[in-house]
Amino acid sequence: MSTTKEDLFETTCGLEIHVELATASKMFCGCKVDFGGEPNTRTCPVCLGLPGSLPVANEKAVEYTMKIGLALNCKIAEYSLFHRKNYFYPDMPKDYQISQYDLPLCYAGHVDIAGDWGTTTVGITRVHLEEDTGKSIHVGGSGRIHDSAYSLEDFNRAGTPLVEIVSEPDIHSVAEARAFVSELRILLDSLGVSDVRMEEGSLRVDANISVRRRGETEYGTKVEVKNMNSVRSVGRALEYEELRQREAIEAGEQLVQETRHFDERTGTTSSGRTKEGSSDYRYFPEPDLVPFEPSAEWVDRVQSTLGETPTDRRARFATEYGLGAKDIEVLTATSATADWFETAAKAYGGDAKKVANWIMADLYGLLNEASIELTESKIAPDQLAGLVKLVDGKSISGKQAKSVLAEMFSSGKDADAVAKEKGLEQISDTGALEGIVDEVISEHAEAAAKVRAGNLGTIGFLVGQVMKKTRGQANPGLVNDLLRRKLT
Amino acid sequence: MDIDRATVDHVARLARLDLSDEERERMTTELGNILEHAAKIQALDLDEVEPTSHAIPIRNAMRPDEVRPSLTQKEALSGAPEVEDGRFKVPRILEDETP
Repeated sequence: MSTTKEDLFETTCGLEIHVELATASKMFCGCKVDFGGEPNTRTCPVCLGLPGSLPVANEKAVEYTMKIGLALNCKIAEYSLFHRKNYFYPDMPKDYQISQYDLPLCYAGHVDIAGDWGTTTVGITRVHLEEDTGKSIHVGGSGRIHDSAYSLEDFNRAGTPLVEIVSEPDIHSVAEARAFVSELRILLDSLGVSDVRMEEGSLRVDANISVRRRGETEYGTKVEVKNMNSVRSVGRALEYEELRQREAIEAGEQLVQETRHFDERTGTTSSGRTKEGSSDYRYFPEPDLVPFEPSAEWVDRVQSTLGETPTDRRARFATEYGLGAKDIEVLTATSATADWFETAAKAYGGDAKKVANWIMADLYGLLNEASIELTESKIAPDQLAGLVKLVDGKSISGKQAKSVLAEMFSSGKDADAVAKEKGLEQISDTGALEGIVDEVISEHAEAAAKVRAGNLGTIGFLVGQVMKKTRGQANPGLVNDLLRRKLT
Repeated sequence: MDIDRATVDHVARLARLDLSDEERERMTTELGNILEHAAKIQALDLDEVEPTSHAIPIRNAMRPDEVRPSLTQKEALSGAPEVEDGRFKVPRILEDETP
């Protein structure tokens, strides 16, 4: 066996994940939390940091944070505090961000991630609550901060509740990093605390990654990679960074401890030009917000709102519906998808695997073509169940069902209505078919005689004649049965 | 550290505060008084005193998650020295690049 890079090097990685919470209002004021819209139309004296304004914590955001912490097996702090993180940057109008420092709401948790390599338990250092920043547009030059002439600030997002989840450096491969982000995304979605729309920035990932030769006792130089906005870009950025560090070590180069930004277009990371250690945030307790001391009753109440975990749901999909690993992965990717499948499976009532097959093999093809999610499609779960029942009842063939599904997909009509419209509904009524079968037998006496004489191959010809007379609407299986019954 | 007029001018520039001469004078005195007060506390022996960030015995102060009206864009931008496209216009963020 040849030696691979994996045998020579060890990667150590910890992740920081920022999640925007799906509350109605901002963290410390009543401004609406939303995406898009005209700039600076969702601000007030509190989130603009005007003198004399006072922040008040959003109860739901605090509970969502505890919910995330509990789902990640964290301890809930008996005493927790907000701090001011001071920095001069125009995306925070106060010149500080209200965040948490040494007393986060949740700490010391863990989450299991599974993949080709088996199962890894990744420690969760802390889960804390803070506020999001505004959005900057850099004008002039290349449109990037380094050579811009000036910047424009929109504070609609400033003050949106933001949870930061910090993992222990228990991640040792890019595949594990991807799985960790993916698992967190599924978990956060199932908790209903965030939209987890990465492309809209509801979930953002930073990574601390270092590489060392296997057997070394000292960790390699740690690099922080920022700006990863999808599970895919986490994979691409960390693959690039892992390779860059391995090559530097092999070449005997000294790596620099720094912050590097991932460029989505080039797939590379580049030095962020911010000197490490230059960030002195002068944390101090936020005097405008009193401490938190969550009571045991409060924690229990939040705990009781945790539903079935994604891990439990996956296990149940295997035992209750007999689904395979690939089906489970796709059908539990979001809780809305899993709910959709379960509703369809219940409406169908039979073997749920059939429903899963229709979703996986056919419906997903249409969804991908239209670039929409299962839950956005015009087909309701019970309508898909209706289609599968039509096929079961031999009213339409499997092949015809595919075109019915395509029509249902574009019109949102029921399966039987579409089948009728298309004239596809098979004649499965024995009485109706019997007369036509008799006609065919008398019109093709010679072929019928051959069948009677034991030449069963000729039945196909006769079935064909019946299909012709019914313009393809007869149920071929039933026709075959009728011919055999009459001629053999 | 003493607060002089130059320090006030510098901080006002950093914070983009357009202060009048009279205000600058007043700030020099007031900021000086605050630092003096802090120096008095620093001179005390406080080894036995627990750090106190909040003097009131209230815990878990929260508001329900309810949307309240926001300012209009015009109101929000009314105090800004410069505005463009409904946004606050701020000077170039990074100083000249130093490697």
